[in-house]
Amino acid sequence: MRTIKNYFVGFWRYRYLLQNLISRDFKLKYRRSVLGVAWSVLNPLLTCLVMWAVFGSLFNSRGQGIENFAVFLIIGQLMFNFFRESTTMAMESVLKNAPLLRKVYIPKYVFPLEKTCFALVNCLFSFVALLIVVLITRAPLSLSTALLAFYPLIMLFFFSLGIGLLLSALYVFVRDIMHIWEVFCTLLVYGSAIFYDPTQMGIAWVQYAINLNPIYWYITSFRSCVMWGEGLTPNMLLIDFLCAALSMTLGLWVFKANQDKFVLYM
Amino acid sequence: MDSKTPIISIENVSMRFNLAKEKHESLKEYFIALTHGGIRFDEFFALKDVTFDIMPGDFYGLIGLNGSGKSTLLKIISGVYKPSSGKVTVRGTIAPLIELGAGFDMDLTARENIFLNGTVLGYTPKYIRSKFDEIVDFSELKDFLDVPLKNYSSGMVARLAFAIATMTKPDILIADEILSVGDFLFQQKCEKRMAELMSGGTTVILVSHSIEQIERMCNKVAWLDHGHLRRNGPTGPIAEEYRHFKKQDSMQAEKPE
Repeated sequence: MRTIKNYFVGFWRYRYLLQNLISRDFKLKYRRSVLGVAWSVLNPLLTCLVMWAVFGSLFNSRGQGIENFAVFLIIGQLMFNFFRESTTMAMESVLKNAPLLRKVYIPKYVFPLEKTCFALVNCLFSFVALLIVVLITRAPLSLSTALLAFYPLIMLFFFSLGIGLLLSALYVFVRDIMHIWEVFCTLLVYGSAIFYDPTQMGIAWVQYAINLNPIYWYITSFRSCVMWGEGLTPNMLLIDFLCAALSMTLGLWVFKANQDKFVLYM
Repeated sequence: MDSKTPIISIENVSMRFNLAKEKHESLKEYFIALTHGGIRFDEFFALKDVTFDIMPGDFYGLIGLNGSGKSTLLKIISGVYKPSSGKVTVRGTIAPLIELGAGFDMDLTARENIFLNGTVLGYTPKYIRSKFDEIVDFSELKDFLDVPLKNYSSGMVARLAFAIATMTKPDILIADEILSVGDFLFQQKCEKRMAELMSGGTTVILVSHSIEQIERMCNKVAWLDHGHLRRNGPTGPIAEEYRHFKKQDSMQAEKPE
C-alpha cells in the first residue's frame, strides 16, 4: 500500500517533467517543417485518401456495402495509428533515455507514460482530419452519442499504456522485440477491421477471431458512438474496460518487477 | 535539523555487478550462447560492505584510483542504482551535479533546456522562472540563450549544468569530477559557489582525482580501494597517506565463488 502511495506522490512531483518532455517532443517533431502541426491532420487525411482509393475504387469489393466508407475508414485509421505510434515510441523510450537514467534518479515509468500522452495529443489533433472528412462527404454525425466516444478513446489510452510499459521493459533486455512488434502491428492492421466490416463478410470463423482483438472493440465502440449513433452496448463497456485493466496490470507488474535491473542492462 | 543525526547513512552497502562476458542483446545470441555450454557470468563486487555516515554540513571527499567504486557509490546515494545488499538512508534533498550534458537535449536551446533540466531535477516551472536570470548570469551565457545546445562548446554546457544544479539550496550536493571542466576562472567561481552553499548548511560530496583540491575543500575523506572502504576520517592524515600510496599495496576486489 505504501509503495502505491509513493508511486502517486512521485508521479505528482514529476508532472512538470512530463509536461516538459511532451512539449519538447512536439517542438522537435515539427521543427524545420514548413507546414508544422498541420501534418498531424494532413498525414492521416492523405493516408485515408490512399486507402479509400485502393479499397473503395480499385478493388471495388469491400466498402461498397459500408455506408460512409471514408468516415468508417478514417476512424479505424486514427485509432489504430494511435495504438501503433504510442506502443512503438513507448517501447524505445526507456532505452533511449539511458544516458539520463544512468545519472539521475527519475521514476522510469515517466518515459513510456510520456510517449503515450504525446501520441494521444497527436491523435487529438488528428481528429480535425475526421471532421474534414465528415464535412467533405456530408456524412451524418450522431451528435447525441458522439461525446460517448471518449470512453473507448480513454480506455484505448490505458490499453496502449499497459502494452507500452510491457514492451519498454522487455526491450531493455531483448532488442528483437522491436522487429517482432513491427511485424505484429502489420498483422494487426489487417485484423482490426479498419477497411472492412467483418459482419458483412459472412465467414463465421473470421467474425469469431476478430472478436478476440481488443483493438477491433475499441474501433467499433468509437464508430458506434460517432457514426451509427448507437452508443455503447454493455458488451462494449465491459470489454473495453477489461482489456485496459488487464493490459495495465500486466504492464505495471512486469515493469515494476524489472525496473531496478534496467540500469545494469543499458 | 539535529546535527547529531547523519544526513546520509551508508550501512553495509555492497554492489554486485554481473560482468557478462558477452552481452546478449538479441534472442539469437542468447540461444547460441546457451547451446555453447551455457551463459557465463563473471561477477564481482564494485562495493563490498561499505559503512560510513555523513553528517550535515560535511564536505566529504571521495578518493581512490580508477575503478575503486566512487561513482558506483555516488549513484547508489542518488538512487540511480539499488544496492545488492545493505541500505542507504538519505534525509534531505539531493542535487546531483551530473556529468556533462546528461538531461540536456542537444537539439533544444539553452532556454528550453533550463526548464527541461530543472524539471528533471524536480523543480516546478514557477520556481525555475524565478531563478532564471540568476542561472543566466552565473553561466555567463546571456547572448547564447536561443542557440541550440549542439552548437555550444563543452565548457559552455558545463557552465549551464552547474548553474542549474546549484540554483537552489539543496541539502546535499553531489559533484562527480565536474570541477575539472571549464577554464580556471570558472572553476574558481564554482568553488566559491560551493563554499557559499556550504556556509548555508549544504552537505557536499565531491569526487576528484586532484588531491590538492580535496585538501583545499574537504574536511573529511573516504578512501575507496577496489570496493573496500580503506580509510575514512578527517582529511589531513588520509590525504598524506594517499600521496604515498603505491599500486601494489592496493586491496583485491572481492569475487563470489
